Amino acid sequence: MSEWRYWFAEQRGTLLALGIFILMFIVYTANHPAGFNANVVQTASNKGVLLAFIAMAQTLVVITAGIDLSVGMIFLLTNCLASWIVVGNPFETTLGVVGVLVVGALCGALNGAIVIYGRLQPIVATIATGAVYFGLALLLRPTPGGSVNEDLADALTSKLFGFMPASLMALIVIVLVVWVPFSRSVYGRAAYASGSSEVAAYMSGMPIKRGKFLAYTLGGLLAAIGGLFLTFFTYTGDAAYASGNAYTLFSIAAVVLGGVSLYGGKGSAIGAIFGAFAFRTIGDLLFVFDFDALWQPLFQGVVLLLAVSLGAFALFRVRNRLEWFG
Amino acid sequence: MTDMTSVRFVDRMPKFMRRLDPAVTTAFACILLLLIVGSFYSTSFLSPEYLLQQLKVASFLGVIATGMMLVVLMGQIDLSVPWVVSTGAMMACAAAAYGPIGAALAIPFGVLCGVLIGLVSGFGVAYLRIPSMIVTLATNAVAQGLMVVYTGGFSPQDSATPAMRWLATGALIPAVPNAVVVWALIGAAMVFILTRTTFGRSVYAIGNRERAAYLSGIDTRRVVLIAFAVAGGLSAFGGVLLAGYASKAAQSMGDAYLLPAIAAVVLGGTSILGGRGSYLGTVAGVILITLLQSILSVMQMPEAGRQITYGIVIVAMLLLYGRTPASRG
Repeated sequence: MSEWRYWFAEQRGTLLALGIFILMFIVYTANHPAGFNANVVQTASNKGVLLAFIAMAQTLVVITAGIDLSVGMIFLLTNCLASWIVVGNPFETTLGVVGVLVVGALCGALNGAIVIYGRLQPIVATIATGAVYFGLALLLRPTPGGSVNEDLADALTSKLFGFMPASLMALIVIVLVVWVPFSRSVYGRAAYASGSSEVAAYMSGMPIKRGKFLAYTLGGLLAAIGGLFLTFFTYTGDAAYASGNAYTLFSIAAVVLGGVSLYGGKGSAIGAIFGAFAFRTIGDLLFVFDFDALWQPLFQGVVLLLAVSLGAFALFRVRNRLEWFG
Repeated sequence: MTDMTSVRFVDRMPKFMRRLDPAVTTAFACILLLLIVGSFYSTSFLSPEYLLQQLKVASFLGVIATGMMLVVLMGQIDLSVPWVVSTGAMMACAAAAYGPIGAALAIPFGVLCGVLIGLVSGFGVAYLRIPSMIVTLATNAVAQGLMVVYTGGFSPQDSATPAMRWLATGALIPAVPNAVVVWALIGAAMVFILTRTTFGRSVYAIGNRERAAYLSGIDTRRVVLIAFAVAGGLSAFGGVLLAGYASKAAQSMGDAYLLPAIAAVVLGGTSILGGRGSYLGTVAGVILITLLQSILSVMQMPEAGRQITYGIVIVAMLLLYGRTPASRG
């Protein structure tokens, strides 16, 4: 019984995000003109999965008490790259996919190297590397264009067995292949520990540098997977500054909604995924209620502001005012 | 051992050199280097007209970076710059459409809108204890949402008032652009506030250790709130000046100012962790960034190359002198 309670306490953020998502999704489908059917789920999944990948990428970095403000730009860069190299016969396409993933991981590794070995503050360092990645994306695609292997793209954006969205399946596979092994490994533990208290982790002999480096690198990799999927959905590469910025912003919103602590050491990528789904559904709620699309940015902004203000409830637990200052 | 020798070396230097921050000195050295490199490209690079023109362009960034510095000194950051700048510009232009009274109140109204957004951010940071990075991202999104609803997604048709244009492009003192005078006045006020008032010293104290500042009897929450409001007002004022310069407001006019503002403050030797930094350094950072941008455009480098160079230069300079000490127990 008490085991069960510990698990519940640990997963509270994730379960809350899941609850918000389910609630929002019920409201969404109940008011959707087409009702609850496989096509609505597929469209929702395709939109949600993009943000879910970026949110996972952000989670890995946030867990180490860092932040990656270049995640949206890695997303753009890999999108532009994929629109060049993920084409041709199956062999060339496979090479292209591998190439895109490697570039994403390299971007993440560069961020990690600058932050960990260069000892720069993650905020400033990733804003600067974000500018570099955006420049590279612009170099690849000065104007929107390009193409992608459409067979692969269609396969990954369609439905499996007539009901299961393939993009959702891909997300589950990625979680099992990337997140689960990482969070259970020594390096994953080290990433959590250094986010919780770097000094204590160092004193305990955890491999904090390698753990953090791996977290940043995998973050880049996940952002690249997001970029690949964007290419599969749109068939083009587009270096749109506003879109990259929006994804960075939304990834932070999703992470916060998903119960991941921005101070590091707490939360999971699963929570962030549900946070991403919830955030997307909230944004789409406006459409089913026939609001003007112009109101969407404001609505998302207000939801974001309210979501981050929820953190203030922790103040009620403060017994000594000095706890205000963390 | 090496520490002791370096201390002795510093002791032997003249007094004015001992007081110099190495970061500020490096930044000024880099400015000189850029000027020399630039003069190879074009002989007009060192002419007074060109330098004054650069100073004028720098003053917009300078005003915005002043607000950013105040926030960074407390160990916080303001990521709401892009849309606060746009909001200031758009609201000032919008007020201008309401007859002579509107035109007279355009500048204060634009700044007031920025102060209001800053107050919301400040309240979140100071009283709700949410990390500033997150709150300001959220207020940025709200400001963007408000402006999108207000303009209908297009650039607004209202144009800047004559007063705004005069402030940004006129020259009260012959040959010295008004924008530079405005920046100098704001800079002087900021130096006075930071070094001669309780508020300024509190800002440094909070940046060093907020807990200690609180225990020393400073109402740290109020100081943080006011600082964010001032930063919002200054960002919006930067937007007002930009609108005067371009004679109208545009949707994404603020996007190009977030990274340069943070870069200018940090390159000027202000610690991103707070508590340390001088306004002189920020001035050096602003001029450095502006010159860098100018040289890249003189070299006719495309936007992509500019972004890449820009990011690399910032990382490289920070690696030179912006590193945090290694954590060892």
